[in-house]
Amino acid sequence: MSGHSTYEPKTGFERWLDARLPIVRLGYDSFVDYPTPRNLNYWWTFGGILSLCLASQLITGIILVMHYTPSADHAFASVEHIMRDVNYGWLIRYMHANGASMFFIAVYIHMLRGLYYGSYKAPREVLWLLGCVIYLLMMATAFMGYVLPWGQMSFHGAVVITNLFGALPVVGESITTWLWGGFAVDNPTLNRFFSLHYLLPFMIAGVVILHIWALHVVGQNNPTGVEPKSKADTVPFTPYATVKDGFAMSVFLILFAWFVFFMPNALGHADNYIPANPLVTPSHIVPEWYFLPFYAILRAVPDKLMGVLAMFGAIACLFALPWLDTSKVRSMRYRPTAKIHFFIFVVACCVLGVCGAKLPDDQVIPGVTTFQLMASDLNSFVWLSRVAALYYFAFFLVILPMLGLTEKTLPVPDSIASPALSHPAAAPAEATAAPEMKG
Amino acid sequence: MTAAAGGAVALAWPFIDQMNPSADTRALASIEFDVTKVGEGQQVVVKWRGKPLFVRNRTKAEIAKAVADDGASMKDPQKDADRVKPGKAQWLIVGGNCTHLGCVPTFGGGEYGGWFCPCHGSVYDTSGRIRKGPAPKNLIVPEYAFLSDTKVKIG
Amino acid sequence: MLRKLSVIAAVAGFLAAGVAGPALAAHGALPAKKVEWSFDGPFGKFDQAQLQRGYKVYREVCSACHSMNLVAFRNLGDKGGPFYDKKYPNSNDNPYVKAIAKDYEVADIDNETGDAIKRPATPADRFPAPFPNEAAARASNGGALPPDMSLLAKAREEGPDHIYSIVTGYAAPPPGLKMDPTQHYNKYMAGDLSSYWSGPKEHVPPGGFIAMAPPIKADQVTFDDGTKATLDQEAKDVAAFLMWAAEPKLEERKQTGFVVLIYLLIFAGLLYASYRQVWKNESH
Repeated sequence: MSGHSTYEPKTGFERWLDARLPIVRLGYDSFVDYPTPRNLNYWWTFGGILSLCLASQLITGIILVMHYTPSADHAFASVEHIMRDVNYGWLIRYMHANGASMFFIAVYIHMLRGLYYGSYKAPREVLWLLGCVIYLLMMATAFMGYVLPWGQMSFHGAVVITNLFGALPVVGESITTWLWGGFAVDNPTLNRFFSLHYLLPFMIAGVVILHIWALHVVGQNNPTGVEPKSKADTVPFTPYATVKDGFAMSVFLILFAWFVFFMPNALGHADNYIPANPLVTPSHIVPEWYFLPFYAILRAVPDKLMGVLAMFGAIACLFALPWLDTSKVRSMRYRPTAKIHFFIFVVACCVLGVCGAKLPDDQVIPGVTTFQLMASDLNSFVWLSRVAALYYFAFFLVILPMLGLTEKTLPVPDSIASPALSHPAAAPAEATAAPEMKG
Repeated sequence: MTAAAGGAVALAWPFIDQMNPSADTRALASIEFDVTKVGEGQQVVVKWRGKPLFVRNRTKAEIAKAVADDGASMKDPQKDADRVKPGKAQWLIVGGNCTHLGCVPTFGGGEYGGWFCPCHGSVYDTSGRIRKGPAPKNLIVPEYAFLSDTKVKIG
Repeated sequence: MLRKLSVIAAVAGFLAAGVAGPALAAHGALPAKKVEWSFDGPFGKFDQAQLQRGYKVYREVCSACHSMNLVAFRNLGDKGGPFYDKKYPNSNDNPYVKAIAKDYEVADIDNETGDAIKRPATPADRFPAPFPNEAAARASNGGALPPDMSLLAKAREEGPDHIYSIVTGYAAPPPGLKMDPTQHYNKYMAGDLSSYWSGPKEHVPPGGFIAMAPPIKADQVTFDDGTKATLDQEAKDVAAFLMWAAEPKLEERKQTGFVVLIYLLIFAGLLYASYRQVWKNESH
């Protein structure tokens, strides 16, 4: 995709700099002249939105550290000091806390977009894998950040998550002790989580650079899944994509601001305004909303080790996705059956999210008692989550590999600029095979 | 080559081991506890090594229930008598963390008359044995000894 | 385009509802009575007269057992606070606040002798706790710990509604409920009463046990502004005061948010116009 640079230094200084460090040229080629498929829809604006989220989290986070005290005795009070006494501290802290949720909303949409339009398929496997690494780092960062206020949810969330490693045979106990730096979650745990919570965002930023680099090597996918073939298929990044991304960002900011200013605690848990107490677990302990689907998978399995493995397996599926999907057609726009499964998959994820927030034995349909199976009533959230988890895994491990071989796909357009098919009879498989050779 | 690799490993170890419990944390304190403070059918939560410990004065009915269930099918089979000190069956001293993921179970929930863990629904009986749910093991019985009829030393 | 945005908004809304919704179901307790607060909604503000009344209830009733460790006397005179006075932008100068602080004694160290002494509080001090430590608080309250009140209104799922409901939610225990004489029955307290209930299984009474006796009754406090001190009024006022104590920057937050949203709406509108302009000649 990246052809010859069209950057022309205009002033003497630019020429001088360009001969020594062509950084302006890099920026120009990447964000001004960069050819962008002309048919990108709004789902493609979430990459830009995510950069905004990362920048916002980094800036607010660095500011919060100026006032925060990482100590089991003072952490809770120092967060309240930020909320009450630091000038605009409430704003920065609420931005950081809600910013994490916004980051995850955006990343989930970004991932589902990639899943729907086949953005993980050759030659974009590494691009997708880097994205998965970012997602993993985000989860680790978010989890450790949630521990820092040292409230009840912080503490017991840390207990539950670190105990997951205890499920590993033989080494489990040594690993948890090593993670804790003691025989329980305590001050050493808080301190190391703080250190890592500060470090990981910069690692995320590093992997984001690799992610963008990989993107610029292979070029953006687009809703048709057909690679751009001529100049007519693309528009320059600036102003076309920048203005569209900018508009989408401003709309996203409105949502963000609504949460920060008018419902800043809606996505959090009331119990986290109670200082950590190792002797009492809150009666209803749930992780932050963005972990709920994985939490539901963990609880769906009645065995401790298998539950932990299933949860990590759910994430591992994402990494394997480029090699699980066997379809030659990239975009699900032209895969009618896959499209249906995609939407069921989205529903299954949402169902898992809801199940993760409920008590396992609560009834899905109130007042109806069916029969007991594996020590739980069939009409319970634990069974609903089992069904949804089964679909989650089947989608990756059975449906996508099988469907690609059997599915009857719709004809794929020849090029982006001619959505009306010039050769309606053209075999869809060939239509995408060609551009892949181009790289 | 081997020397360099050996050196690298030797250098890495301090950087890994520093995360393990430090000397002051390892200097584990044992505690003494006066059990007369716990009325019959009551339980006191004591903090020991940063974690809760349940000291429970069991009623006759609770003990009878636990003993009656000795033969029931269990994940981690253990006799009630093996979980208390001889002649002190009313005193059940167990770690207050669910063996699943470490939450603190509450007494009086679940269908076995013992503890119920609010996190993932593990149910323990009146002997602290796991009867239902994802937890793999019974509530841990720590090392302890009765110094006198009323005083117990834990750890 | 707008259709897609509405999808995004719907997804976000669904997530918010899906997360906030289930957490409300504290087992067994009745859902809290909904009160219309002056601070509800995007334009909500604290009612200063109500905060003053609520402070009086806290001072004369709650503070006997409940600490409020995170709140300083000066906060009472901060903007949006119960005793804010425009004449004293620095709340430490507010004579009313000074007078309130002076009535309390705080522990200090004598600079010359090094002895532990008590001195009258200044606006910079925080509210002293009624008990020196947790053990003392439990010992004086039958083993139960009266929770700190600084964040109480945010630390309960239903916020000030919950506090109002608890204070007004005491009732005689229904016959068939076995209870400890030191406990009290409250319909809005979280808990599970099924193991204490001897009646039919499907009619377990709602609510739970609370160690706190009914804390206040009608006319226990005389309000300075002449408002009739019914139990309902006292409960509402103290709940509003505690909401202020938990979130003193609420007014500032909502007012700032209004300006920010106006700005963002205009900004988004301008960007949309330029987007239309840029893409005018490109089919897509």
